[in-house]
Amino acid sequence: MKRFVLAVAVAALAAGVAHADTIKVGVVGPFSGPFALQGKNFKAGIDAFFALNGKKVGDHDIEVVYRDVPTANPAQSKSLAQELIVREKVQYLAGFYFTPDAMAATPLLQQGNVPMVVMNAATSAIVTSSPYVVRTSFTTWQTASPIAKVAKDAGVAKAITLVSDYGPGVDAETAFKTAFEKEGGSVVESIRMPLSTNDFAPMMQRVKDSGAQALFVFLPSGPPTLAFVKAYNENGLKAAGIKFLATGDLTQESDLPALGEAGLGLTTTFHYAVSHDSPENKAFVAAAEKAIGNPAELSFPAVGAFDGMYVISKMIEATNGKQDAKNAVEAVKGLSWTSPRGPVSIDPDSRHITQNIYLREVAKDAGGKYYNKEIQTFEKQGDPGLAALKK
Amino acid sequence: MQTVLSIAVDALAYGMVLFIISIGLSVTMGLMRVINLAHGAFAMIGGYFASYAARDLGLGYGVGVLAAIVGTVIIAIPVERFLYRRIYGQPELTQVLMTIGITFCVIGIANFAFGPTLKTIPLPQMLQGSVDLGFRTIATHRLFSIVCGLVVAGALWFLIERTAFGTRLRATVDNAAMAASLGVRTQVVYAVSFAVAIGLAALGGVLGAELLPVEPYYALRYMVTFLVVVSVGGAGSIPGALIACLLLGAIDTTGRYFAPEYGEFFFYLAVIVIVTLFPRGLAGRFR
Repeated sequence: MKRFVLAVAVAALAAGVAHADTIKVGVVGPFSGPFALQGKNFKAGIDAFFALNGKKVGDHDIEVVYRDVPTANPAQSKSLAQELIVREKVQYLAGFYFTPDAMAATPLLQQGNVPMVVMNAATSAIVTSSPYVVRTSFTTWQTASPIAKVAKDAGVAKAITLVSDYGPGVDAETAFKTAFEKEGGSVVESIRMPLSTNDFAPMMQRVKDSGAQALFVFLPSGPPTLAFVKAYNENGLKAAGIKFLATGDLTQESDLPALGEAGLGLTTTFHYAVSHDSPENKAFVAAAEKAIGNPAELSFPAVGAFDGMYVISKMIEATNGKQDAKNAVEAVKGLSWTSPRGPVSIDPDSRHITQNIYLREVAKDAGGKYYNKEIQTFEKQGDPGLAALKK
Repeated sequence: MQTVLSIAVDALAYGMVLFIISIGLSVTMGLMRVINLAHGAFAMIGGYFASYAARDLGLGYGVGVLAAIVGTVIIAIPVERFLYRRIYGQPELTQVLMTIGITFCVIGIANFAFGPTLKTIPLPQMLQGSVDLGFRTIATHRLFSIVCGLVVAGALWFLIERTAFGTRLRATVDNAAMAASLGVRTQVVYAVSFAVAIGLAALGGVLGAELLPVEPYYALRYMVTFLVVVSVGGAGSIPGALIACLLLGAIDTTGRYFAPEYGEFFFYLAVIVIVTLFPRGLAGRFR
């Protein structure tokens, strides 16, 4: 009898879980403050996913709970993540624009039985900090390495690197240097610029004096980008034929109207361009532009968020709405699908996204709009940063 | 030698841009004794006006500059009448709280009205491109900024030191009650000087936009730099501000060329040394 009661109780419990539930997803990102544009892109990507796929997975409804961390703030990120897990009872954590914010929340995952889907933060090490982290964005290593090959193919033997003096900048510097030296080139000088630099003219003088044939640059997106590109043009570096190499952060679509003519011809490597020519991307862009309101504001974080929601929907499907972080993450290892950015898959070992990296050039379309034109594809790029980490 | 000359030119250009943007703040802080942390906000409003007129309406750069100055001053008049007039002569903390509040409001409104993206002010054909100086090239608009800076410095010095209005302003600043009893309409003098300071902020916002692009956080992002220039130069002194800008521009540019990895170390080291030696700013010495 006792056994029977227990069995009934267990069956009732199991049935309760299998019932239609509302699955909560907590998204942490910068929704106000200087980086609000990036948070807006997260939201646009998520809304676009719902617009195209609906808010239901099987019988379960997805509900997104947003939490705002305006600038990189690990303590705030951690306490909000905790609040989401404990009070809001979210089954999934997602978002995370800045690496420190993601890193601060990873220790909560195992105890909270919650997987984390990183939609932007681009430092290689995040996926190693917890087995429950999956990333659908990119890493700086992943996007910076192919440009070294581009440089070598264009006949550049000597390059100089200029990066903003902070984590991702140093990452980009090492990534480019490693890849470029592997190709047989040499980096003559590596300059780290203070984050608050407004006037880049002295750096341009350094570039000229170094005798490099190309410069590789990494800056946080926003005001410095504009000043840097202008300084490059105005100090005669463009005229002198010194090649401009960067990752796509520098030419993100929302900055292109401001760059204008000065941006024409800049070559960058990146995982996603809004202009990517595929039916999947056309559908995504149409939905995301509607979600964001102003089409000029749409850029790469949206696609990371869109694919992040796809991965979460697959996790919900695999666990049938049960809170089971281990099996949820297990289920998406090796998952492959066609993203708006092209064919992608989740690498089973690193849980990071394997994807095509594109070489793009800033061009002007018939309507006078500036866009990133994809001109070369590097297929199935993993994250070289993890290999470097293990050394 | 070429490198030295090159750095000198860059330093001069950067210093003059700093001067144009900061001199308005020097006027409000030194002559009107208001710690105006909303200075950057007014410069930003100027930038938005110019960008809207020149880029969205296609009216050209000259009209953009005019629209920026006139538009910002028009916005500033009610702000002065209803908000700033309450804090003249108040303790510094009150002034700081009030003006930082205004700054946050402006950031919010700009973000809402114009969005978070960068706004540019298209340069006219004349100011585009570069000029060959023989040993290097320099952007034409940088030369334009240098000239504008010199003109502003000269005009302002003339206004304050050589005109009847300047006399009244100085009298009002030194002793408002006495000046009023001698028939100076101090409220008008304050209103006009505030308008001039705001007009200068707007001009600086437009001319400096090539280096400091206009976006909602402009209002806070560069505030420390402006305050440093004023405190090093000595609030209210035009020659002081000019010397401070050129000096700080030179130190910053040289530091960035030779040792960028030290960041702003040299800049702030210079500030600490100067402020220690001249607590009232460089110009305190000349008084």
